[in-house]
Amino acid sequence: MEALFAAALGLLVAAGVYLTLRPRLFSVLLGLTLLSYAVNLFLLASGGLLAGRLPLTDQPPPWPDPLPQALILTAIVISFGMTAFLIVLSLRAVAETGHDHVEGREEEGGR
Amino acid sequence: MNLLLVAPLLVPLAGGVLALLVRSPSAERAIGVGSAFALLAVAVALFGVALEQGYATSQMGEWPVPFGITLVLDRLAATMLLVTAVLAVAVTLNALGGADTRGRHFHALVQFQLLGVNGAFLTGDLFNLFVFFEVLLIASYALLMHGARPERTVATVHVAVLNLLGSTLFLVAVGCIYAAAGSLNLADLAERAATLPADREGLWRAGAWLLVVVFALKAALLPLGFWLPTAYAAADGTVAALFAILTKVGVVAILRTGTLLFGDIGLEPVVLALAIATLALGAVGMMAARRLSQLAAYAVVLSVGTLLLAVSLSTRASIAAAVFYLMQGTVASAGLFLIAERVGLLRGASADRLVPATEIRGRLALPLAFLVTAVAIAGLPPFGGFIAKVALLDAAADAGRAAWVFPAILVTTLLAIVALARAGSILFWKSASGVGREEPAGRLAGAAAAALGIGTLLLATSPLVFYGGAAMEHAHATAAQLLDPAAYVRAVHAGDPTREAP
Repeated sequence: MEALFAAALGLLVAAGVYLTLRPRLFSVLLGLTLLSYAVNLFLLASGGLLAGRLPLTDQPPPWPDPLPQALILTAIVISFGMTAFLIVLSLRAVAETGHDHVEGREEEGGR
Repeated sequence: MNLLLVAPLLVPLAGGVLALLVRSPSAERAIGVGSAFALLAVAVALFGVALEQGYATSQMGEWPVPFGITLVLDRLAATMLLVTAVLAVAVTLNALGGADTRGRHFHALVQFQLLGVNGAFLTGDLFNLFVFFEVLLIASYALLMHGARPERTVATVHVAVLNLLGSTLFLVAVGCIYAAAGSLNLADLAERAATLPADREGLWRAGAWLLVVVFALKAALLPLGFWLPTAYAAADGTVAALFAILTKVGVVAILRTGTLLFGDIGLEPVVLALAIATLALGAVGMMAARRLSQLAAYAVVLSVGTLLLAVSLSTRASIAAAVFYLMQGTVASAGLFLIAERVGLLRGASADRLVPATEIRGRLALPLAFLVTAVAIAGLPPFGGFIAKVALLDAAADAGRAAWVFPAILVTTLLAIVALARAGSILFWKSASGVGREEPAGRLAGAAAAALGIGTLLLATSPLVFYGGAAMEHAHATAAQLLDPAAYVRAVHAGDPTREAP
C-alpha cells in the first residue's frame, strides 16, 4: 500500500507543481489545490499507514495515530479558506486588469 | 493557565471582532486605538515578567505538557511583543489621518494581523506556529489590498500564491518532523532531537531544511525575497509600516528553531552566504529606488540581511547584536514608510517619487523626522542601529568571519547612506519652480495623525540611545537564554499543570 500511496502523492505533487508554474491564474489555482490535497495525504502518511483501523476506539491494537488526522482537519479548513480567498482575489484581478495572466498584463508575443 | 500570557492574543481578537461589529467609523477608530494601547500595556507588563522571571509558560486547558497548546514567553518573545505593540500604536494613530477610510475594516484587519503576529511569537508548538502564520497572512492579504488599486491587486495575488506554496511546504515540513520525532511541541522536540534513532535522522533533516526554507520565504531572504519590494512599495504607507514586523516573524522563527532544534544541521554557512546576498540586494535596491516607498521597502530587505547575518554567526554576541537590531531596525523602517506616505501626500502629483518637485514649505518637522529615521536606518551614531552594527562587527571578528562580514556590512552601510542622502536632498532641498502646495483645509488632522504616528516610533527608539547600555545587557541576556535550550525545556515542563510538586 505504501508504494501505491507514494506514487499517488508524487503524481499529485507533479501535476500541482506543473499547473502552478503556468502563466494563467486559473491553472495556478488548480495547481495550488492539487498541492494542498497532496500535502494532506502526506500528513496522513506521517503517522504511519494502517488500513481498516480506527483510532480512539476500543478495538485491540494496532491503532492508527489520531494526531495527523487532527492536523489534516485543520489544514483542510485553512487551505479551503485560503483557496476561496485566492479565487475571489483572482476574479478581482481579472476584473481590474482585463485578463487572467499572473503578471496582470499579457507578455509580448505571449499566448 | 496564565491569563496575562493569553492577553496578547485575546486583546486583538476582541478588538478585531468588536471593530467588525460596530457600524460607525468613529467607533471603529476608538476600538482600534483603544485595543492598540491595551496591547501596549499588556506587552509592557509581559516584558516586566520576562525580565524578572526569564520564562513564563501557559498550557491551554490545563493539558499535560507534550499535549495541548503551549504558550511560552521568554525574553525574545517579550521583546518582539513590545516592538509589535509600539508599531500597532503608531500605525493606528497614523491611520486616523485618513488612511483608514481608504478601504473598509482597516482597524479590524490590523487587530487580526496583530493576533497572528503575537501568536507566532508566543507559541511553543510547531503546528500552532503554522496556524498563527495563516492568521497573520490572511489579514495581511486584505491589508495589502487596502485602498484598492490595480497594481495592489496584482501584488496581492503574487504574495498570496507564494505564501500558499509556503504554507504547503510548511505542512510537508511538519509532516516530516512529526514522522521523525513523533511530536510537534517545541520543548518536547528539543528533547527528542537529541535521542533520534539513526534511521529517522534523514527525515528530521529534510523537515528542518524545509522549515528553514519556509521561514526564509517569510523573512524575504534571497533567493526567496523578490516578492517583498514590489508588494511593500505597492501597499498603502500605513499598512507597509505595519508589515515591517512581518519579515521579523520569519527571522524570529529561524532564530527560535535554529537555537532550539536545528543546532546541528549545518545552517550557518548557508544562511551567512544568503544573508550577504540579501544585504547586497537591499543596498543596490535602495540606490536604484525611484520612489521613497520603494527605498523603504529595500531598507526592509537590508535590515533582514543584517539580522540574518547576525543570526547565522550564532554566537552569543552576534545574537545579542541581532536582538538589539530587531528592536531598532523594525521601528526605524516602519518610520520610513510613514514618512514616505506623508511626503507623498504633501507633494501632490509627484507623490513620493525621487524627482525635484514643489517645495514642502514651512515644515521643519518632516525633514527632521526623515533625517533622524535615515540616520537610524543607515546605522550611524548616535542611534541604536550604530550600536547594533558595531556589536555585530565585533561578534564577527570573534567568530572568525570578519573577512566576510566586515566588507558586507560596511559597503552596504555606505550604499544605504548614499541612497538615503540622495533621497533626502532631492525631496527636501531640490525644489522645482512653483510654490509649495498648501495643505487644504480640514487636512490638519492628517498632519496631526502623521506627527503622532511618526513621533511614537521616534520616541520608541529613544530608549535604545539613552539607555543603550541597559538595552545591550538585555540583548545579551536574551542571547544567553536562546543559546540554552535546556532552560527552555525545563521552563515548559515546570509549567505542566499535572506535574507533581517536587
